[in-house]
Amino acid sequence: MSVKVQVQTTINNEPVEFLCEPRQSLLECLRDIVGLTGTKEGCGDGNCGSCTVKLGDRIVTSCLVLGVEAAGESITTVEGLAHGSTLHPLQKAFLDHAALQCGICTPGFLIAADALLQKHPHPTEEQTRFWLSNNLCRCTGYDKIVRAVQAAAIEINGAAQ
Amino acid sequence: MSTTTYNVIGTRPVRHDGADKVTGRALYGADLQLARMIHGAVLRSPHAHARILRIDTSKAEAFPGVFAVVTAADFPEAPADKIVDFGEGDTMLSSLRGNILASGKVLYSGHAVAAVAAVNAHVAAEAAALIEVDYEPLPCVLTAPEAMAPGAPILHDDLPNGNVAELIRYEMGDLDAGFAEATVIVERELDTATVHQGYIEPQNATAFWSSDGRIHIWCSTQGSFVARDASAAVLDVPVSQVKVTPMEIGGGFGGKINVYLEPVAAMLSKKAGRPVKLVMSRRDVFTGTGPTPGSRVRVKIGVNDAGKITAAQAWLAYEAGAYPGAMVGPGAMTVFACYDIPNVLIEGFDVVVNKPSTAAYRAPGAPNSALATETVLDEIAEKLGLDPLELRLRNAAQEGTRRADGPRYKRIGCIEVLEAMKASPHYNAPLPGPNCGRGVAIGFWFNAGLPSSATLSVNADGTVNLIEGSTDIGGSRTSLSMQAAEVLGLRAEDIHPTIVDTDSVGYTGVTGGSRTTFSTGLAVHDAAQIVVEQMKARAARLWAVDEVAFSNGVFSANGQSFTFAELAAQLGATGGPVSCSATVNPKGVGGSIAGLIIDVKVDPETGKTDVLRVTSVQDAGKAIHPAYVEGQMQGGTAQGIGWALNEEYFMDTAGDMRNGSYLDYRMPTALDLPMIETIIVEVPNPGHPFGVRGVGEANIVPPLAAVANALYRATGKRLNRVPMNPATILGL
Repeated sequence: MSVKVQVQTTINNEPVEFLCEPRQSLLECLRDIVGLTGTKEGCGDGNCGSCTVKLGDRIVTSCLVLGVEAAGESITTVEGLAHGSTLHPLQKAFLDHAALQCGICTPGFLIAADALLQKHPHPTEEQTRFWLSNNLCRCTGYDKIVRAVQAAAIEINGAAQ
Repeated sequence: MSTTTYNVIGTRPVRHDGADKVTGRALYGADLQLARMIHGAVLRSPHAHARILRIDTSKAEAFPGVFAVVTAADFPEAPADKIVDFGEGDTMLSSLRGNILASGKVLYSGHAVAAVAAVNAHVAAEAAALIEVDYEPLPCVLTAPEAMAPGAPILHDDLPNGNVAELIRYEMGDLDAGFAEATVIVERELDTATVHQGYIEPQNATAFWSSDGRIHIWCSTQGSFVARDASAAVLDVPVSQVKVTPMEIGGGFGGKINVYLEPVAAMLSKKAGRPVKLVMSRRDVFTGTGPTPGSRVRVKIGVNDAGKITAAQAWLAYEAGAYPGAMVGPGAMTVFACYDIPNVLIEGFDVVVNKPSTAAYRAPGAPNSALATETVLDEIAEKLGLDPLELRLRNAAQEGTRRADGPRYKRIGCIEVLEAMKASPHYNAPLPGPNCGRGVAIGFWFNAGLPSSATLSVNADGTVNLIEGSTDIGGSRTSLSMQAAEVLGLRAEDIHPTIVDTDSVGYTGVTGGSRTTFSTGLAVHDAAQIVVEQMKARAARLWAVDEVAFSNGVFSANGQSFTFAELAAQLGATGGPVSCSATVNPKGVGGSIAGLIIDVKVDPETGKTDVLRVTSVQDAGKAIHPAYVEGQMQGGTAQGIGWALNEEYFMDTAGDMRNGSYLDYRMPTALDLPMIETIIVEVPNPGHPFGVRGVGEANIVPPLAAVANALYRATGKRLNRVPMNPATILGL
């Protein structure tokens, strides 16, 4: 077994320190070491988007990032979206629009959609579908997810001008 | 059509597990952490067909950090004739056992051979790679027609008919006389490729074999009791020795009914004395679990001048994969199930091949056979100059229609679905331009009954706790709670549902067969009625009357009344808590008909298909939660479109899957699909108090054929192979 590395980082606005092997992915570190299991593993090779987290100002599939790369960074996971017990408008929209069935892809979609709305406050259906095409959902056919994201855009940023 | 008015049913409350699932708190199987837990890895066969000459685990066992290694030799022998019941189907214990860890021969590339438990998953994988297996490779056979041919490599010595595990034959009327009456006869043969359910959450299981002999399993399963019973059978222990705690499940679609990892984790735990967690990689999911069969289906249909079908014949060969059980039975029973046909012959073949042992996938077997029937009917409609929906309406099954496999339909919504398709805005809208085509198709699925149990306990604050055992795969906590709320005159949010382990609720069948809202719903309904009766008795005692009325959540007699909550607060003083259970094994299952209208545009240079517009129509009986019904329709449609256009196991000649990742096994993304319009038809099922039929599956039956028919209108080509990808469309 290899020597562990100490990593100091920020997760969901809180300073976090953990020990990991250099070979461990950020996803593994979040789930198995830090205990934040809201971020899910669907494929382990960056193709399903279930493990999407925000790293600095970009979104990444955390299965393709090493845990040691989190050092000095700021990470947002699904556990960091809500404000206390108040859901983020995207979380609320997903529930109101029945945009999840099994829910395993939902954390990844929420993080990706949050980044979309920061870049495009009023995304078109096409922009929404293009952005979210990194995230696989096998239950919904995406219809209700796209509607939920567009409804949340209006909730957060008001109606498009 | 449904006319009853309800207070709760038909509304769209937020699901009870919603907050947990959007905040990351919901615990799925792989999220489980236990004290002293260790992790496993499974070694899989690189050969599609080979004799195992020797397995040497000594290097793995000696590897630092390893706690235990198991092979098939660690498991009890399976009695030759023992059968394991999965509720919707059953399997020979010897097949189940052989699939979990190979002994003697490996039968597909990906077949599990050994497993290791170690301090972490990386060490376990390194140790698994140190296990030495000597194989004697054997010739492999990968498709049903090849496996049925003389001289094909034989997978199992004990099957009496080579690789054909089962022959099914349904016959009705006089086929030759029927075809003699026909003026138009069309016969076509179509192939479909092996496809996977594609649930995003890989299979997982954690097990702890306690020193008192009890085995606790936590897993993502569609049926905790089925997982318990199958694990107990493989481990040869009484069912009561196993407790299964169902974790949240990340999709299943039929693929998480079978067990793969559970008995292996249990055996590793027995050896290691610690809880052991096994989680599959995505490639393991593709190559080591059950996809749905590839198939060859030949259908011949004859129609007279009046557009009535006079005779129909089908020949179906389905690939079971490594062990018998290709779902060709349901394929055969559904092939002509939408229609009233007097003269029918259906022959089905369950054929073993060197591919992963197949499993259920949403209306298993039906999309393959409907593809042939519905494309042949499209061709006939064109020859007769009839609207394709009109041809179907002239032959639609209705109450009293007899299927070739025996049953006569009770009330069924085939005509209503076809009429709704015909009247839809989509069907009456023009196509946008050249290279575009519109296709339609319909399909049938039986739905299932099977046992379910539920307990309702009244809280002093007027709310009710619901204890049940049905895995919630898409909102069933809420569709069940709504049925309790409707009976009790409460709001959906007044019911608190909890899904419990197999020690804590009565036997409950799988979340499969579109049965949960129907069957567990019936158990909840019945338990709620008992609650009402007991509450009435308490009110009668308080008021010293004989008769108490109950309506809209209010108990009343002689001008006195209690709300449900007011009476709930008095239970302690009137005889103690009210907690009522019901169990059901319903027979009044209502089949569901679904239809699809789809517009496509094909690029004539590249053969790429764009899906322009889709409308899914389905008879729900009664939609308890319409948004969840729409979701089922949209999800099944999306899967069917992926199956039709893209998805396929690419096997090389050695039987190795060459596209075992989501990058290469490409499922539809958000960018590949438009919005999916839905029309819910409600022809109540007389076998359920609210008319529920079940909506999970029928929606995946029409898309293959509807896409094929749309592609014909767009390109002028009748394709005989699914997936209808650019290579198929361009004839490459």
